[in-house]
Amino acid sequence: MVSNNLVELRDLKVAFDGIQVLHGIDLTVRRGEAIGLVGESGCGKSVTWLAALGLLPGKATVAGSVRVDGQEILGTPRSVLESVRGKRIAMIFQDPSSSLNPVLKIGRQITEALVLHRALTGQAAKAEALRLMDMVGIPDTRRRFDLFPHEFSGGQCQRLMIAMALAGEPDLLVADEPTTALDATIQAQILDLLIELRAETGMATIFISHDLGAVSQVCERACVMYAGRIVEQGTIEALFDNPRHPYTRGLFDAIPRLDGPRERLIPIPGTVPHPRDLPEGCAFSPRCSHAAIDCRSRRPDLSPMDDGRLLSCFHPVSHSTDLATVAANRVAEAVS
Amino acid sequence: MISHSANAPLIEAKDLVRTYEVRQGMFGKATPVRAVDGINLSVMPGETLGVVGESGSGKSTLGRMLLGIDPSQEGETFFEGKPMPKLGTPEWRALRAKMQLVYQDPLAALDRRLTIAEQIGEPLAIHKLVPKEHRGTRVAELMVAVGLRPDQADRYPHELSGGQRQRVVIARALASRPKLLVCDEPVSALDVSIQAQVVNMLRDLQEKNGIAMVFISHDLKVVRNMADRVAVMYLGRIVEEASSDVIFAAPLHPYTKALVSSVPVPGKPLKGRVILQGEPPNPANRPSGCAFHPRCPLATDICRASVPPLRQVADGRTAACHLVAGVDQPVAA
Ligand SMILES: Nc1ncnc2c1ncn2[C@@H]1O[C@H](COP(=O)(O)OP(=O)(O)OP(=O)(O)O)[C@@H](O)[C@H]1O
Ligand SMILES: Nc1ncnc2c1ncn2[C@@H]1O[C@H](COP(=O)(O)OP(=O)(O)O)[C@@H](O)[C@H]1O
Ligand code: SF4
Ligand code: SF4
Ligand SMILES: [Mg+2]
Ligand SMILES: [Mg+2]
Repeated sequence: MVSNNLVELRDLKVAFDGIQVLHGIDLTVRRGEAIGLVGESGCGKSVTWLAALGLLPGKATVAGSVRVDGQEILGTPRSVLESVRGKRIAMIFQDPSSSLNPVLKIGRQITEALVLHRALTGQAAKAEALRLMDMVGIPDTRRRFDLFPHEFSGGQCQRLMIAMALAGEPDLLVADEPTTALDATIQAQILDLLIELRAETGMATIFISHDLGAVSQVCERACVMYAGRIVEQGTIEALFDNPRHPYTRGLFDAIPRLDGPRERLIPIPGTVPHPRDLPEGCAFSPRCSHAAIDCRSRRPDLSPMDDGRLLSCFHPVSHSTDLATVAANRVAEAVS
Repeated sequence: MISHSANAPLIEAKDLVRTYEVRQGMFGKATPVRAVDGINLSVMPGETLGVVGESGSGKSTLGRMLLGIDPSQEGETFFEGKPMPKLGTPEWRALRAKMQLVYQDPLAALDRRLTIAEQIGEPLAIHKLVPKEHRGTRVAELMVAVGLRPDQADRYPHELSGGQRQRVVIARALASRPKLLVCDEPVSALDVSIQAQVVNMLRDLQEKNGIAMVFISHDLKVVRNMADRVAVMYLGRIVEEASSDVIFAAPLHPYTKALVSSVPVPGKPLKGRVILQGEPPNPANRPSGCAFHPRCPLATDICRASVPPLRQVADGRTAACHLVAGVDQPVAA
């Protein structure tokens, strides 16, 4: 029987030069599902997937387990990793122009990916490359097949990166901040493309982003990361309607709104700790409005809650009362 | 000296034009690009004007032109009713104390060899604003005002977080007690939790000191929170301007509509929103008529043929679209 679990990360840990930055990530990606990874910069979103795919530099120490279809790939020979990368799991990055080869024509780059991953050659490879370019929404593909990356706009380069990622017909696409460098209207196009491609191909998607709104549109589930750990994980509805980790809640409160009154924002005080000097106990405790004494000495585990979410907090935000307080404060502010 | 009236604009720009020579590709010939193409705007004392628009629409160029750092080939800028002096002249340098610029990248704006106290104190020395013996006190005041701890005075820029660095840049900009602050993407490089801290700080400073601000950003949510009024730019021109409350709630220009609808809102599905087709325009190859017509879902023949003028469509509200009726005009057929 084929398991529904496509990729399983277990206790994935990463250290750079002896400083631990990832403290044990557990995450199961099921076939065809879309999972968002959110959190402030430096919390380990990219490192998680670079480590899983063996793409970190030599000074990185990686421990734990990464299984693809039940097969362990962490610490396996290059040949095994290379049969997974691109073919089973493809990754695209924030800055497409740095991932495309500037001196090779676009058509050739996509064709090479097809040769590598699907052993297509000659006319068959070219036809498939044109089909992929068409699929990601590049107009006039025949003429543009022979153009260089700099002759495409930023949004089109990201489409081309996606086309190359699709060349291996991967089961999982890891998109690392794919729209961050793009203008709002082009961002919307790329999000739309990611949603459509998943519907068409059935591939699973990991969508790494600091934009909670974008995550909610692309994904069914999301993990919130803080200082190298997942602190809350659940369905989009659970997280957005009823965030329970004070950090998740803080992220929502800090985002200005496009509707409603122009209120003063509610920032999270302080800054993200350096991995070198993480606080004792819960890493979020120095910034947390819910912190109690126990938070500074013990670290909460990521545990399942009644509603199915995973949460790592001793004193979570209790939905009803806190919302009421916030609403009351908002009313008070509006009146004063 | 007669002080400038609070009912007159602090800064006013009339028909500003800035053209760059841009080479197309490696061997292409240089073509003129009108980065800013006839812009009129004014900012009242203490008011915040937000400027939004796509990358390359001319926001930063406009910001620099308002301060006279980038010369205009056509048009004029008036500060407190008087024409902006030429870049580099003693008059211009004297005026610079009253108008400051804050960029997106604080690390690039700071000198890594100087402590933050030295950098915040720099304008006080340059403009000879505070006698040497009182500078330390004023620097400490400024640091507290932007939310830095006085004990951080001897730190160097690389010893601070991104948000703290941006506070240093803002403290330095405030040192000369400016009347105008042009902020070009001041919080774009910051994480949301820190972004909220800096946005609140800017709002507080503004309320307390009555500084006028031109706030440039591609983040509509941040602009809405900061600005009283918003101008939307497209290919070097303002296509819509209105109070920030109405422009996001009820945009009139099709481009503004697309911009507003492209902001992902949790829970609202992408489908059903206006997703623009096509690519952002190339400023070197400006479309005929309304520059937005190749991407506009409502474009008709008249849009390809003639440029819609920016005209008043309601009180305090302008738009440049053939399909949006002016106050005295019927909708074009
Ligand atoms: N120094 C320069 N030399 C040549 N062209 C320039 C120069 N500065 C800006 N431009 C061009 O002028 C146009 C407007 O640029 P500007 O930097 O003002 O845009 P922007 O709206 O600030 O964009 P972004 O959102 O990317 O910061 C662009 O086409 C740009 O390439
Ligand atoms: N190549 C590297 N060398 C040293 N440290 C790194 C490297 N890549 C990432 N890190 C560190 O690992 C942590 C997690 O980084 P990253 O996964 O890139 O964060 P993000 O969540 O922003 O993607 C950070 O503290 C970062 O500084
Ligand atoms: S465990 Fe304590 S400090 Fe950590 S998030 Fe929960 S309440 Fe805050
Ligand atoms: S003038 Fe025409 S093309 Fe331009 S925005 Fe209006 S409807 Fe669209
Ligand atoms: Mg990253
Ligand atoms: Mg700019």
